[in-house]
Amino acid sequence: MKLLELNHVVKSFGELSVLKDISLSVEEGEIVSIIGPSGSGKSTLLRCATMLETMDRGEVIYLGRKAAWTGENGRAVYAGKKELKEIRSQYGLVFQNFNLFPHYSVMKNITDAPLHVQKRDRETVFREARELLKKMGLEDKEDAYPYQLSGGQCQRVAIARALALNPKILFFDEPTSALDPELTGEVLKVIRSLADLHIAMVIVTHEMAFAKDISHRVIFMADGVIVEEGAPERVFSSDNERTQSFLGRYGTIL
Amino acid sequence: MTIQQMLVQLAEGMVITTQIFAVTLLVSLPLGLLVAFGRMSKNPVLRTVVKFYISIMRGTPLMLQLMVVYFGPYYLFGLRMGSGYRLWATFIGFSINYAAYFAEIYRSGIQSMPVGQYEAAQILGYGKGQTFFKIILPQVIKRILPSVTNEVITLVKDTSLAFTLSVAEMFSTAKALAAAQTNMIPLVAAGIFYYVFNLLVAFIMERVEKGLDYYR
Repeated sequence: MKLLELNHVVKSFGELSVLKDISLSVEEGEIVSIIGPSGSGKSTLLRCATMLETMDRGEVIYLGRKAAWTGENGRAVYAGKKELKEIRSQYGLVFQNFNLFPHYSVMKNITDAPLHVQKRDRETVFREARELLKKMGLEDKEDAYPYQLSGGQCQRVAIARALALNPKILFFDEPTSALDPELTGEVLKVIRSLADLHIAMVIVTHEMAFAKDISHRVIFMADGVIVEEGAPERVFSSDNERTQSFLGRYGTIL
Repeated sequence: MTIQQMLVQLAEGMVITTQIFAVTLLVSLPLGLLVAFGRMSKNPVLRTVVKFYISIMRGTPLMLQLMVVYFGPYYLFGLRMGSGYRLWATFIGFSINYAAYFAEIYRSGIQSMPVGQYEAAQILGYGKGQTFFKIILPQVIKRILPSVTNEVITLVKDTSLAFTLSVAEMFSTAKALAAAQTNMIPLVAAGIFYYVFNLLVAFIMERVEKGLDYYR
């Protein structure tokens, strides 16, 4: 079954049309990168998929369950509160600027939602949280507060926080755009290491080498439409004019 | 009358002053949060009503508001309140006045919170109540603490306005004693009392601020 299906998603902000009929789907365990110039609608697409943004029209389906669809009046209709809450538990999102809770320690940032939203057993939650921190290379930081960490460490905590809820699909919204090259490297290394967890990942990124290397599929977006999608080798060696003009510099530099 | 006797009378006033102070804070701090919610409500009727209430509370003298609360029941509804109503009117007047000021402080704090905190909470599955009380409010309290301290210090001094309703708090007592005994000492003692009270308030609030220093 498809984990996520987006069908004919349309979104505009006032006069500005940001998403013009976008459809895409994500299979179990699949890693999909979304690339494209700034302002092409990548982040908005992610925000519509995670329901942080209300789309104008279209369908959002997680594991066959409809979260939103186009109603008879042509506007998007969202499922009921309870249904949405259950659907939301299927996915996680890592933000560009982390959005950690500054008043919670690293450990509490990771464990609070599993404990108080999912109401899972305390011992299991803490054990899993420690395993996650170890995986993130932060085992000595469980009592630290976000302000005491570097940007890269914060982003790794944010990834651990998202993973602690055991999502089936994890979205990344430009996870390294707020970081310098060195910190970017450490975060990308961590994301790469998640590949063998077999969680589906949808990554909006400007790190072309990373996207090419990690993805099963690359989607190139421009001006609110999907220009091209396919295996990374194919997209990166595409002869589509728009794709080439975006990736052109990338090709010549490397 | 000896100085000791004067001081004993002043001490009685001090108790009433402290009562007005404590009751006002206990009522207006939570009430202010409710008012802030009303002020930020999506319902335009509620929002307008609350906005009007706040503007009246901030735009007219507290002394006048106290008189309205005290005399209002009789002049508006013909209700005769017992003599004990003086103190109650003081509590009510102060509480609804300070709630309006605290509401605006809460609102400034709540609206200064980055939207990312709400979004992260939503993605993690927190409900609306959990998001507010676990994620937003603790951070808001840290942000607004300096403004709250200001307001609390003003309240200590404002309690003297209860003399308008002849409530025998510190200031009324001192004024009466000074006039009757033609002696400055009660007024000086009252001044020292307010000053020390506020030193204490500032000290406690500083401790609370330090207590919240563990994060940024």
